Amino acid sequence: MMSSSFNIYRVGISFVMMCIFYKSAVDSLSELSPQKYFSTLQPGKASLAYFCQADSPRTSIFLEELNEAVKPLQDFGISVAKVNCVKEETSRYCGKEKDLMKVYLFRGNILLREFPTDTLFDVNAIIAHVLFALLFNEVKYITTLEDLQNIENSLKGKANIAFSYVRAIGTPEHRAVMEAAFVYGTTYQFVLTTEIALLESIGTEAIENAHFYFFHCKQVLDLTQQCRRTLMEQPLATLNIHRFIKTMEAPLLTEVAEDPQQVSTVHLQLGLPLVFIVSQQATHEADRRTAEWVAWRLLGKAGVLLLLRDSLEVDIPQHANVVFRRAEEGAPVEFLVLHDTELIISHVEGNTHIEEMQEDEDEDVQSPDMDIQDDEVAETVYRHRKTQLPLELTVELTEETFNATVVASDSIVLFYAGWQAVSMAFLQSYIDLAIKLKGTSTMLLTRVNCADWSDLCTKQNVTEFPVVKMYKEGKHPVSYAGMLGTEDLLKFILLNRISCPVNITSVQEAEEYLSGELYKDLIPYSSVSVLGLFSPNMTTAKEDFTKAGNYLRGCVITGIYSEEDVLILSNKYGATLPALLLARHKEGKVESVPFANSHVQDIVQIVTNALLETFPEITVENLPVYLRLQKPLLILFSDGSINPQYTKAILTLVKEKHLDSLTPCWLNLKHSPVQWTCPSNMPLAGAYPKWCHKHGSVPAAVTGTSTTSKWSSWSWKEKKITTNTSPNAALAVGWGKPVAILPAQEWKPPLPAYDFLSMMDAAASQHPTRKEPECTKETNMQKNDKKQHEEKSTIRKEPVETLRIKHWNRSNWFKEGDKSFRHDNKEL
Amino acid sequence: MSLLAAAGLWGPPGLLLTFALHPALCLRPAPTSGPPHRDYCVLGAGPAGLQMAYFLQRAGRDYAVFERAPRPGSFFTRYPRHRKLISINKRHTGKANAEFNLRHDWNSLLSHDPRLLFRHYSSAYFPDAGDMVRYLDDFADRLGLHVLYNTTIAHVTLNKDRQAWNGHYFILTDQMGHAHRCSVLLVATGLSVPNQVDFPGSEYTEGYESVSVDPKDFEGQNVLILGRGNSAFETAENILGVTNFIHMLSRSRVRLSWATHYVGDLRAINNGLLDTYQLKSLDGLLESDLTDLAIVKDREGKFRVTLKFFLEEGNQSADAITLPQDDNDNFAMRVAYDRVIRCLGWNFDFSIFDKSLRLSSGGEFSKKYPLVKASYESKGSRGLFVLGTASHSVDYRKSAGGFIHGFRYTARAVHRLLEHRHHGVAWPSAEHPVSQLTSSIVRRINEASGLYQMFGVLADVVLLKENATAFEYLEELPVQMLAQLETITGRRARHGLFVINMEYGRNFSGPDKDVFFHDRSVGHTEDAWQSNFLHPVIYYYRHLPTEQEVRFRPADWALPRPTAIHHIVEDFLTDWTAPVGHILPLRRFLENCLDTDLRSFYAESCFLFALTHQKLPPFCQQGYLRTQGLVGTESLRRHREERRFPQGYATVGRRREDGAQGPEGGPLAPGPPLLQPHDSNKEEL
Repeated sequence: MMSSSFNIYRVGISFVMMCIFYKSAVDSLSELSPQKYFSTLQPGKASLAYFCQADSPRTSIFLEELNEAVKPLQDFGISVAKVNCVKEETSRYCGKEKDLMKVYLFRGNILLREFPTDTLFDVNAIIAHVLFALLFNEVKYITTLEDLQNIENSLKGKANIAFSYVRAIGTPEHRAVMEAAFVYGTTYQFVLTTEIALLESIGTEAIENAHFYFFHCKQVLDLTQQCRRTLMEQPLATLNIHRFIKTMEAPLLTEVAEDPQQVSTVHLQLGLPLVFIVSQQATHEADRRTAEWVAWRLLGKAGVLLLLRDSLEVDIPQHANVVFRRAEEGAPVEFLVLHDTELIISHVEGNTHIEEMQEDEDEDVQSPDMDIQDDEVAETVYRHRKTQLPLELTVELTEETFNATVVASDSIVLFYAGWQAVSMAFLQSYIDLAIKLKGTSTMLLTRVNCADWSDLCTKQNVTEFPVVKMYKEGKHPVSYAGMLGTEDLLKFILLNRISCPVNITSVQEAEEYLSGELYKDLIPYSSVSVLGLFSPNMTTAKEDFTKAGNYLRGCVITGIYSEEDVLILSNKYGATLPALLLARHKEGKVESVPFANSHVQDIVQIVTNALLETFPEITVENLPVYLRLQKPLLILFSDGSINPQYTKAILTLVKEKHLDSLTPCWLNLKHSPVQWTCPSNMPLAGAYPKWCHKHGSVPAAVTGTSTTSKWSSWSWKEKKITTNTSPNAALAVGWGKPVAILPAQEWKPPLPAYDFLSMMDAAASQHPTRKEPECTKETNMQKNDKKQHEEKSTIRKEPVETLRIKHWNRSNWFKEGDKSFRHDNKEL
Repeated sequence: MSLLAAAGLWGPPGLLLTFALHPALCLRPAPTSGPPHRDYCVLGAGPAGLQMAYFLQRAGRDYAVFERAPRPGSFFTRYPRHRKLISINKRHTGKANAEFNLRHDWNSLLSHDPRLLFRHYSSAYFPDAGDMVRYLDDFADRLGLHVLYNTTIAHVTLNKDRQAWNGHYFILTDQMGHAHRCSVLLVATGLSVPNQVDFPGSEYTEGYESVSVDPKDFEGQNVLILGRGNSAFETAENILGVTNFIHMLSRSRVRLSWATHYVGDLRAINNGLLDTYQLKSLDGLLESDLTDLAIVKDREGKFRVTLKFFLEEGNQSADAITLPQDDNDNFAMRVAYDRVIRCLGWNFDFSIFDKSLRLSSGGEFSKKYPLVKASYESKGSRGLFVLGTASHSVDYRKSAGGFIHGFRYTARAVHRLLEHRHHGVAWPSAEHPVSQLTSSIVRRINEASGLYQMFGVLADVVLLKENATAFEYLEELPVQMLAQLETITGRRARHGLFVINMEYGRNFSGPDKDVFFHDRSVGHTEDAWQSNFLHPVIYYYRHLPTEQEVRFRPADWALPRPTAIHHIVEDFLTDWTAPVGHILPLRRFLENCLDTDLRSFYAESCFLFALTHQKLPPFCQQGYLRTQGLVGTESLRRHREERRFPQGYATVGRRREDGAQGPEGGPLAPGPPLLQPHDSNKEEL
């Protein structure tokens, strides 16, 4: 007893440490003493610390901004802390009274920079400044044209330059540039200026805004030659810069000889259109020059490709010299006849305009593809569709064979529908079961495809899929109500081999039954054997027990003993008749429960409760059973199997009735599916295994390793996660404040649906009969091949346009639901 | 018996006593005290009458069928005159599903007995009418239907009585003068009166009902056929090879059933004359209003066509009558005809019904059909229902309600209405958790024959329960009665509903439409609303539409404007089970209507959600939490991990931003091109 409580106490101490990690991971600013702070610094890791002594209104505004910056900075691997100097410990960073407001940036325990808090006036400024300080090698700050030329010259033939002008340091544009530099800083030389004069000197108009240029210096070999420059036309934002740079990286011009509809380049993925310049062998050189010229003009706006007509298998109209393809999937390819390169440029610019507008509305780079299967069951089943299953191991029943089969032999029947994913997923488990039972079972495994034998299924009262029923000895079929998996169904079948309850005829047999000898092979499937003891004249009690046994068939072994010498047993186990003997095979114990005047339901309840463990391992299969108790779960997370000391400690607490309002249990992280959902690059160092959950958008983590005796607990009381030092302490303080609250959002539609109603409305107002013109124009179309083509493309164009717009406006009918749907998703 | 008790409650005490003393009164004919009583009287033992009798029998109702002939289906003993039924008897579909197979069996009646399927009675695709007679005989016989043969009901009247279910009894008087009293009258007498158009010389015409069917009688003759329906073409088909030529005359243009998608229009099996007409043979089609014409007999006994207008000029001598060709020497019908055959269709026999029943309103259309509501109940008399061909006014030229393969379902619908109205049996329905919603709909659209045959008329209805956690599924409700759903079915529709209907494309059907135009097939799911061929359409209503909304719905809409609509893209095989092409968009639609997530999850995912979320998706709630989670096998699990499921909590927006790291865009959806919708050109298949 002494040793176990001591153990818990020690566990508690180390848990405090854990809490620190935990808290810093939940986007809130951690508050530490200087000493603690310096002990957390890790070599090579950047950390931003705000040293302060007192809370004045001025500092709390700053703290709010700093708080907001915690999450984005963590994304860049920079930790943030507030260090309180009020404590006895002092530090040179704490400063004098007048000089309270300083923020320090460390790498490891080396001080990189100090910032007065007024330079860090908001989130953007904090992030921009911190990154600027960390990336001082990658981002060159310049003030004169000469500086720029020097850099340009030094990089010719070597690397490209990303040059940007921002109005001031610490602006959102500056932050965007710094964030881009964080990603691309090693690939390109980033150059930054705040001087308008410099910008003017390189010939930019409209200087009010920030600018981002890409200098193509890498391919310049002649030092006297200037690097080509491409200006980014979109506003300076992280995403735009990213896209812009991606297009700069793509090859300027690609030669293709395949169907324009099939070609795929990075441009399409970035939502940019493709322009194909149609070329022929004879004019190849000239065409290539034109194409290059166009490509330079359209750099960052569209992908340009040279399409070789001669080696092309698909037909393109005779006179078309330019093919234009928009980025969205399924958009038709346009064949154009453009005699001026300027026309190509304007065509592209005219078309991309619409797209930009749409993006602004939606903030998405790509539209979510509604055709992508997001139902995991349907998806896996579909992927698996070509795998041949040994279906012959189960008997396929039809309307003709069904009755004869289930009468002739004890059968399990799986009712499923061939088109339903859940059914088909379960069918695989069923076949696995058939493989396991091959040749050993007396039970015939059969199946009925309700897609074929609809009437039969209806007659058997099957209206949902999948359903498993057992037909035994011509009795009423029993529906299987367990998990739809191989193991549970196997248990059901095996335990149904013996009758429920089984009739025990002698004291010796009863003893064998209780010891587990009688049904040795079934013991692994039924941790408890139940024996009802009755005097021969207790008919009603026996009847009730038999009913209960029937009800529990397939989940536990039940037996009944009511011979004259029943008193031998009842005396031995100290039971008063009628009684239930519960033999727990794992623990080798037999306990007796009197149940005089209990009804069927009560007996079932007694037995079901007996099946529950005091300190179970929580698994996928048994979680619902324990959730049913409606008590909060107290979970111990364990890496691998549980340390017996903990079990002992918990059992003691249970015995002392400290945990009556809870269900204590433990979870083996090695077996749990939780593991593979943890992102591998979690910011927490060295701690493994992890228990993670999504909170906000950054995974928060609770860690615990059994080797270092750390553990944490989540209590599902009111669905809150509480952490506390130890169960003992927790009981004393009443679980304290929840550390986090589980997200409570409703399960909303994962993606929008097609809004056919507004598509129909749009069509009705524009084209009352869309397909009509086509058939009436039949004669015209036959006359002129080319004309037909053009006509077709215009006709096709119309509905597509409607679709595109309606698709994303999603109109009014779900407007409210729509908003909450997006909102919730972001919170997730 | 329960009826007696119920009637007693309302009646005066004296009557109660009478009933108590003669409990058998209403069940057995008791000549001493008024006419024998039946709860349900069915007029006519044709397909519709027998079908209704079957349902009444199965429900254990007190009913009788009155049939004037000595056996059922007497219409088919004479008609069609040339004995070939044009309803298809498809014996093989490659599918075992009996319900699905009824989609292609146009002759069988509905029953629980698989021996009573028409394919056991004929092997012909277009079977002989004699087989139908034999079939109906067996149907009545095997099922032991209660039919009073050789009983001609000569007169039907109303007898007001406050205790009657409908405030009156129907009194049927037979040819012997015996009266029968009925609470509900189900009229299934079909259309038995040949339609006659009155014009001068109409007496010279022979009717379809009596014209010779022996081609020899037409050898070398000039024949004029009036009418352009299937009977006209059937008659022409029979004599096409032996006549000099056949001219067909009718008011309106020919309506080909393949273009109108209405089986009552001219079927291809009868259209031999169209072929010869267009291939410059001597046969031909003419359009003119019969009522403007006149037929005169010339001196040689041949028939001449002229205008009624000329006749009215007064000269009665046959030879002196002006003929059109006198003025107009290239008049099309200037030849003399040897025979004029009238094939102008059939009308309902109103003669036996007393005026007080108000079966007809006297309008032009109502000469053919009695006036009924969308529930098939007479507009004039409560408790009188019209079944079978005679009830076709509900969906004339739209759906199949005038034909066996249509009215067998409407009879069932009427029976369900009656069960609720008079016996308190609510419309049959199945209740399921919402996780089964997609499956329930997919199942029905793929096998239901009633929806398929009676497209636009009968529709399935899904009634949502509170918070949309569960739903009730009602099958084959007369869709025009949607507003009255609660009263006619006894079910509640307080939390929104879906209606599942089958439809052709809006502008696809019509006598002048080219149904073979290029590009007629739609393969992309986002174009599903433009589907032309029969396809499922699902309407979502937040509230039950009102009668006003149903009546004044937009033109060419089958139903009032819904809150949202979904079209499942047409399918060449009418197999709407493609995971991505059909089921996925349907699920998205249902999800967005109900504002929930209807995906299915493996138990592991549910486990994870249970530990990390306060709420679980419906599939986990209704399966996993009830210890019925889907575990999945090792190999399925492997597939899943490759795909990094579950992504229940991965947000779309987040994914996009992360996309910056992976060149392929969303890392969670690298998707192999799963099921790219095929750009199908169906005619090439």
